[in-house]
Amino acid sequence: MINLNAGSPRVPLAEQWSSYKAGCKLVNPNNKRKLDIIVVGTGLAGASAAATLGQLGYNVKSFCYQDTPRRAHSIAAQGGINAAKNYQNDGDNIFRLFYDTIKGGDYRARESNVYRLASISPDIIDLCVAQGVPFAREYGGLLANRSFGGTQVSRTFYARGQTGQQLLIGAYSALSRQIAEGTVRLYNRRDVLDIVVIDGKARGIIARNLVTGEIERHSAHAVVLASGGYGNVFYLSTNAMGSNVTPAWSAYKKGALFANPCFTQIHPTCIPVHGEFQSKLTLMSESLRNDGRIWVPAEKADAEKLRKREITPEQVHESKRDYYLERRYPAFGNLVPRDVASRAAKERCDAGYGVGSTGLAVYLDFGDAIKRLGVEAISARYGNLFQMYEQITADNPYKTPMMIYPAVHYTMGGLWVDYELMTNVPGLFAIGECNFSDHGANRLGASALMQGLADGYFVLPYTISGYLSNEIHTPQIQTTLPEFHTAVREVGDRLAKLKNTGGKQSVDHFHKQLGKIMWEYCGMSRNEAGLQTAIGLISDLKEEFASDVRIPGGLKEYNPELEKAWRVQDFIELGDLMVRDALQRKESCGGHFREEYQTSDGEALRNDDGFSFVGAWEYKGGSAPELHKEELRFEAVKPSQRSYK
Amino acid sequence: MALAGLFLVVFLLVHLGINLMLLVDDGGHSFSVAANFMATNPVIRIMEVVLFGGFLLHMVFGVLVSIRNRFSRPVRYQHRSATETSPFSRYMFHSGIIVFIFLVLHFIDFYCIKIGLVAPPEGIDRHDFYHRTIVLFSDKGYAGIYLACFLFLGIHLNHAFQAAFQTIGLNHNKYVETIKTASTLYAIVVAGGFMVIPVWFMFFR
Amino acid sequence: MIFTLKIWRQKNASDNGGLVTYKVDDISPDSSFFEMLDSLNQQLIARGEDPVAFDHDCREGICGTCSLYINGRPHGPLKGTTTCQLHMRSFRNGETIFVEPWRCGAFPVVKDLIVDRSAFDRIIQAGGYVSVNSGGIPDANTLPVPKPAADAAFDAAACIGCGACVASCPNASAMLFVAAKVSHLALLPQGRVEAERRVQNMVATMDSLGFGGCSNTYACEAECPKEITIANIARMNREFLAAKLFAEKEKQVSFSL
Repeated sequence: MINLNAGSPRVPLAEQWSSYKAGCKLVNPNNKRKLDIIVVGTGLAGASAAATLGQLGYNVKSFCYQDTPRRAHSIAAQGGINAAKNYQNDGDNIFRLFYDTIKGGDYRARESNVYRLASISPDIIDLCVAQGVPFAREYGGLLANRSFGGTQVSRTFYARGQTGQQLLIGAYSALSRQIAEGTVRLYNRRDVLDIVVIDGKARGIIARNLVTGEIERHSAHAVVLASGGYGNVFYLSTNAMGSNVTPAWSAYKKGALFANPCFTQIHPTCIPVHGEFQSKLTLMSESLRNDGRIWVPAEKADAEKLRKREITPEQVHESKRDYYLERRYPAFGNLVPRDVASRAAKERCDAGYGVGSTGLAVYLDFGDAIKRLGVEAISARYGNLFQMYEQITADNPYKTPMMIYPAVHYTMGGLWVDYELMTNVPGLFAIGECNFSDHGANRLGASALMQGLADGYFVLPYTISGYLSNEIHTPQIQTTLPEFHTAVREVGDRLAKLKNTGGKQSVDHFHKQLGKIMWEYCGMSRNEAGLQTAIGLISDLKEEFASDVRIPGGLKEYNPELEKAWRVQDFIELGDLMVRDALQRKESCGGHFREEYQTSDGEALRNDDGFSFVGAWEYKGGSAPELHKEELRFEAVKPSQRSYK
Repeated sequence: MALAGLFLVVFLLVHLGINLMLLVDDGGHSFSVAANFMATNPVIRIMEVVLFGGFLLHMVFGVLVSIRNRFSRPVRYQHRSATETSPFSRYMFHSGIIVFIFLVLHFIDFYCIKIGLVAPPEGIDRHDFYHRTIVLFSDKGYAGIYLACFLFLGIHLNHAFQAAFQTIGLNHNKYVETIKTASTLYAIVVAGGFMVIPVWFMFFR
Repeated sequence: MIFTLKIWRQKNASDNGGLVTYKVDDISPDSSFFEMLDSLNQQLIARGEDPVAFDHDCREGICGTCSLYINGRPHGPLKGTTTCQLHMRSFRNGETIFVEPWRCGAFPVVKDLIVDRSAFDRIIQAGGYVSVNSGGIPDANTLPVPKPAADAAFDAAACIGCGACVASCPNASAMLFVAAKVSHLALLPQGRVEAERRVQNMVATMDSLGFGGCSNTYACEAECPKEITIANIARMNREFLAAKLFAEKEKQVSFSL
């Protein structure tokens, strides 16, 4: 059993971070330039970390699979970024942001990390504004805020519907400045396929140049993974097509623990699936639920007619509509948290009341809001979203209700890290969505951007120096060491094996199968029997993939099918681990809903006595992975059952 | 290029003003007075040199930029561009070439005669532009070429005038439409004004 | 729906390449342009042929990865739309569709429809940032920014760096891309501090990379998926002229401790 000690400073919560900074060991500027750091990923976490480490004078190598760092999927975040600035004088403070995040995460996050996150949040806004991020402003010239995701205070900073893009461009420009100054070297269009561990420490990576197919070795004194989440395990998700788990998965296979893999967030307001060839789901901002009313027909016969397009939704009389969120949760109505809204939609559709051609959609109706506020007010609030919806679906939301359905959006699980954001493999760090630490079992809106930037700009640059201060006597790591040879050989063998499988089915075929299994058995709600079935199905799929996949093209050229094949192979293995984690967690909390553990009226039933721990899995080669537990202790907040009735 | 262009824009207006005096029915008296003023005033003499410089700069830059732009896309598209662009803006080089050809003819016909490089037609003094013009426009072919060239000049100017403002950074959301309208008006007035002259001589004299 | 596709195929940067004709059928009008290409690729893989390589990632119109020149227009026939947000209902049933990569000497083809746009990164590296470090920053509200300036800066900052401006420009000029960044930072007090250096360095880098010059055709504005206007180019020209005329020469300061 690995001893999972977060190593948070043993002082009261509010003093932990300043106490840590006061005591942490530093590296002399002369030594910094002799130390190499690899950063994998250039999203908010990766780009901000690489830029800051470069500013400090380290020798940074930054990797991304995209053609340029600015395209990382952080760019797609719409809503905003939280910070406890209290600019609105509405009672916000660091403790409240900390408390909301812990509670929103359904008491499955680590207090010390979350408190640090909340206390750093104001600095992020200062820095981003100084970088030129064009946040929304009031006429007086000061920053504007909005309330987001049902919080009681307005603490969300935003840049129209493109906050992620603007923050990422800020981080990307800081990174570009360091590239120009020569402290960061960029390796774009690279897939990181393996982590090299020497004498128990992370010392480098093996990357594939996606353009030439060349296998490259890169060494460093520390490796930072900022490779994002694994939502694409579901095939259809709001993630980018290239988002993948591969760097984190290779870390897992090299001994890093993978924590809470079953904690995935399903976002309630996405555009529904239209057909078999669909490749991607599009998110509609959560803010739509502020004015839109969600409903399905109260009678199955009407639902049937709507699916066949025999009637239009406007023809369903008010009395024959079921506004199920307002019915079930009168206090919060359409504004219940993401996990609750998603499950309720699934429940109605599974019961046969779903609409749309597939029967997997519910209405989000602005009819009443338009009557109440007028078309102009609605257009001012949601004009761009309505336009986007119409562009995709060809339906006009001013005239007919939108159709929405939940989709996979964010993954709270990830590599286990301690207070210093280091995995249990010394020298291997994980930041941003790639780690598990801050969101517990459910992430609040506008918190992901905050976490990515906090980790990259303000946490890692301190904590990594503690580790590196012990490495100043280690000369540059040679890539000719036997561990690099072995890693290169293993990567080469796996690529060749994939290429030479000579089967009949395309990679996408397997990815879609995996997605269906995961969505059906390990999606919005899960049960023991279903999860057991999924283990069998995934195991069959893994074998089938190994014998029947077909990859055209060569190894030494630009070969997107080969890239996908590697990623999907990792996703299949991850799927198995997610199912095991969901099986193990015999409670319902946040995004994880076990049907066996619910109250009589269908609400999630958490079990704090048995499951107030982080479930961290250790790779065991051919045999089943082993579960390790980090007990969660709540000193500042007392866990309570969430209620939205 | 834009600055030289804007300078030429002013020059064209002056030139047009003098040419329009051809239309005054006094046997060329007004025109000759104006032409004589232009030929003798020392300030105008200096400006003439500046004008040559302006033309030269405008043309040299035009050619250099066009060559550079040609090389910036070594492999061309297979499908014709379907992008909506500012009217005729893609053809500035082409219309520029036509205007240049006209300029050469114009030079031979007037400037070279004036300075004595080319012998004037019989019976016409080398300083007598009025009768020289009447003789030239009596040739229907010449008048036709003249009209066509000014049509292209108009096209050139329609884009050029407002584009020059854009290039030197004068684009403001309050005034941009005014500048565009002014540009079109200017093109119509200048090209139209020059074109009126041969038409007048062909049909009304 | 059925379509005839004429797609540019090119094995690698040194190959000559050419158009190849394909047929696809049974395409839903609701599928996106990429889903139509996905379906073609599944066919090609089943036949043992090399699938068509094209750049794409977020498929929701924000990452700027997609880069197809469709029937003579970057990102196809719709205004203010990236290729990934283009749906087949925008085409006639039975239509012949030409699909080509962006064409510009500074954007060499990598394979098929994929081009290398790292020239854009180099332009940003030449000055597309505010030189601040992650620390010692004054409170965000210390410096008020007039709302109109902040909004205009946002409009310019909406650039996704896709390169449609370059692809559409008859001169393959990168002016709109560079102007968007120059404008974004020039409009904000935070960016003013080094505005003169920035515009000169970014323009010099743009010129050195082989992009064409601007001849004001405004094709870029017509095709920009984020509808960034040429007013930004005028602003950059203004900044550039002023910097060239009035910025003092930088002195090399040497110091010792």
